[in-house]
Amino acid sequence: MTIEAWTFLFVGASFALYLAIAWLSRVRDTSGFYVAGRGVPAAANGMATAADWMSAASFISMAGLISTLGYAGGMYLMGWTGGYVLLALLIAPYLRKFGHYTVPDFVGDRYESDLARLIAVVCAVFISFTYVAGQMRGVGIVFSRFLEVDITVGVVIGMAIVFIYATLGGMKGITWTQVAQYWVLITAFLIPAIAISFRLTGIPLPSVGMGSTLLDSGVPLLAKLDQLHLELGFASYTEPFVGGWDRLNVFCVTLSLMVGTAGLPHVIVRFYTVKNVRAARWSAFWALLFISLLYLTAPATAAFARYYMIESLHGRSSDDLPSWFRNWRQTGLIFWLDDGDGRIAYHGSNDPALAERNEIFRSGSLPAAELAAIEVAHQRWIDSNGSQGADGRAVLRERGLSGPDQDIIVLATPEMANLAGWIIALMAAGGLAAALSTASGLLLVISSSIAHDLYFRMINPNASEAQRLGVGRVVIGFAVVIAGLLGIFPPGFVSQVVAFAFGLAAASFFPAIVLGIFSKRIGSVPAMAGMVVGIGFTASYIIGAVYLGMPAWCFGIGPQGIGAVGMLLNFAVTLMLTPLFPPPSAQVLAMIESIHEPEGAGPAVAIETAAEH
Amino acid sequence: MAKLEPAQRPLVDVTDPRVAAAIDRYWSRNIRLMCVLLVIWAIAGLGCGILFADTLNHFRVGGFPLGFWFAQQGSILVFVALILVYALALNRFDADHQRELDLLRATPARQDTDR
Repeated sequence: MTIEAWTFLFVGASFALYLAIAWLSRVRDTSGFYVAGRGVPAAANGMATAADWMSAASFISMAGLISTLGYAGGMYLMGWTGGYVLLALLIAPYLRKFGHYTVPDFVGDRYESDLARLIAVVCAVFISFTYVAGQMRGVGIVFSRFLEVDITVGVVIGMAIVFIYATLGGMKGITWTQVAQYWVLITAFLIPAIAISFRLTGIPLPSVGMGSTLLDSGVPLLAKLDQLHLELGFASYTEPFVGGWDRLNVFCVTLSLMVGTAGLPHVIVRFYTVKNVRAARWSAFWALLFISLLYLTAPATAAFARYYMIESLHGRSSDDLPSWFRNWRQTGLIFWLDDGDGRIAYHGSNDPALAERNEIFRSGSLPAAELAAIEVAHQRWIDSNGSQGADGRAVLRERGLSGPDQDIIVLATPEMANLAGWIIALMAAGGLAAALSTASGLLLVISSSIAHDLYFRMINPNASEAQRLGVGRVVIGFAVVIAGLLGIFPPGFVSQVVAFAFGLAAASFFPAIVLGIFSKRIGSVPAMAGMVVGIGFTASYIIGAVYLGMPAWCFGIGPQGIGAVGMLLNFAVTLMLTPLFPPPSAQVLAMIESIHEPEGAGPAVAIETAAEH
Repeated sequence: MAKLEPAQRPLVDVTDPRVAAAIDRYWSRNIRLMCVLLVIWAIAGLGCGILFADTLNHFRVGGFPLGFWFAQQGSILVFVALILVYALALNRFDADHQRELDLLRATPARQDTDR
C-alpha cells in the first residue's frame, strides 16, 4: 500500500470513530452540554484533558522548536507542564467544589460584579479564538501535506467534523472523542520516536536513548550534537543562555507559560466535568501523567531529528539528496539555494562568517511569486559569477528565513529515519487528532462564555433550559465558522498572538482566581483594578514590542515573557489596594469557606441546586 | 454566621467551635503541604532547570549535562511526582477530616442558647 492509501485509511478510520462516539454521547441538557453531566471518571478525564491540552503546536511544532533552540526549548517543556502543578494545587479542586460551569462564572460570583464577569468573558473568548485559529491552520497543513488537498479544503473538512461532534454532544461528546484522540495522537507520536531511538542508539526508550551513545560512532548523541553545532556555527545544543536567550528571558518566558497555562479557560473547565473534588485531584494527576508521555519524548525526538537533519543534509551533493528532502521541498518548509559548488552547506547564525554560507532556507510567509523571482535572480547570479542578478541567500537571510521551518522536524522525522509508510500515515492522523481535540475544547469555552456567562447570566437570566442549549449550539456553530476562516486566511501574526494569549491568561485570570480562592479579604475593586492593570500592561507591552518597534525597555524582557511581569503587577496592585476597600460580603465569605471544605463536610455544590441558578 | 443557602450548608454544625477548629486544622495542613510542594516545584523547575542550569551543566548524569537534563526531562518527572503526592496526601487529609467530623457529629456540643 502507498503512503497515501495508508493516510486515507488512518484518517478516515479515526474520523469515523470520532463521529460514532459523538452519536453515542449526544446530549439533551445544559449540564451535559457544558460539563458532561459531571460523570466523567478521573482517568478518562485525564486523557481528555491531555488531548485538550496538547494542541497542534505541541504535536507538530514543539519538538521542532526544541530542535532549533536546544536547551532553551526547555522553556516550553517546563512552562507547559509546570503550569499544570499550579493548576492541580491551587485551582482545580477548588473550582470543582465551587461547581459552576465556567471560569467567568467564578470570577463574577467571587467578586460579585458583572463587570468582572464581562472582563473574564472577553479574556476567555480572546484567548480561545487566538488558540483555535492556530489549530485550524494545523488541520489545514496536515491535510495539504499528507493528502495533497488544498489547505482550504482541509480546514473545511476539519470544521465540519468538529461542528458535528461539538454541537451534537457538547462537552460530553467532546470529552469522549478527546479520549479517543489522545490514544491516536500519543501512538502516532511515540511509535516513530521509539523506532528512531532504537535505530540510533539501540535503546527503545527515547528519554534514555537521548542520553546514550550513537551506535555507529560510539559518541554520546548530545556530545555529538554539541560538536556539530560548534563546527557549523550553531549555538550550543545543551549549554544554557546562548543564542539570544539570556537567563532572565528564559526565566520570564517559562514563568509566563506556567502561570498562563494555569489560567487557560479550556483546561480549567475540564475539572468541572468530574464527579467530585477527589476525582478532580486524581484527574489532574492522570492528565499530567498522560501529557508527560509526549513531553518527555518530544525533546528526544528533537535531538534525534536534529542529528538526522544535519547528518543527512550538510555536505551532500545534488545527486545524493535524501528522499525526505525532495518530498518536503515542494511545501516550502525547507529548500536549498546553492552557492554554485553543488554541495549543501547548512550553517547557523552564531558564527557570522559561516552564516553567510548557509544554503538551507524556508519560505515562511513569502508569496510564491516573490520566492520564484528570488530563485531566478539567484540562478542568474550564479551563472554570471555574481555580475548579474542577486545573491538569494543574502536576500533570504535578511528576511530572517535562514534554516528549515520548525514544523518539518516532527512531520519529516519518520521519513528521515526511513520508517515504514504506515508510520508516516499515522503521523497525519495524530496531527489531526491533536488539532481537532484542542479546537473542540476551545470552541466549547467560546460557546459557554457567550451562551452561559453573557446570555444566561447577564442578558436573559430567565432563559429556559432549551433556550440555553439552543444558544450554546448556535454560538458553537458561529465559532467554528470564524475559527475556520481564521485558519483559511491566517492573520500574519498568529504565532505572535499565541504569546499574547498566554500573557493575558497569566496577567488576568491567574491572580484573580488564586487570590479569589485563598483570600477572604480581597474585594471586587482591588481584584478588578489588578486585572485591568495586568492586562493593560501586558497588552500594551506586547503590541508595542511586536508591532510598533518599541525596545524591550523592561529589563530587556521580550514580549513572550512579559506576562510574568504583568502577573506580578496584577498581584501587587490587588494586594496594595485591598486595605482601602471593604472585604467581600457575608455570602461570598460563606462561598469561599465552602470551597475550602473537602467533600466530607458539605456536598459539592450541584449546578441544579446551587444558589442563583 | 451568614445565612447559607440549603445546598451550601455544611452537613455539620459549623457554629460548633470544635468543628470550626477541625476545619481550620484541615485547612492549615493543606496549606502547609501545598507550600512544601510549591517550593519543590520552584527549585526543580525554575531553580535547577533555569537559574542554576549553567552550574549544574558541569555535572553529567549518563549522557546528559545535568542542567540540560533538568530543563528537558527531570523537571517534568518531578512535576508528575508532585501532583501524585498531592492527590494521595489530600485524599488522606480528607479521610482524617471526615473521621474527625463524624466523631463530632456523634457527640453534639452543648447548645449555646444564650448566644
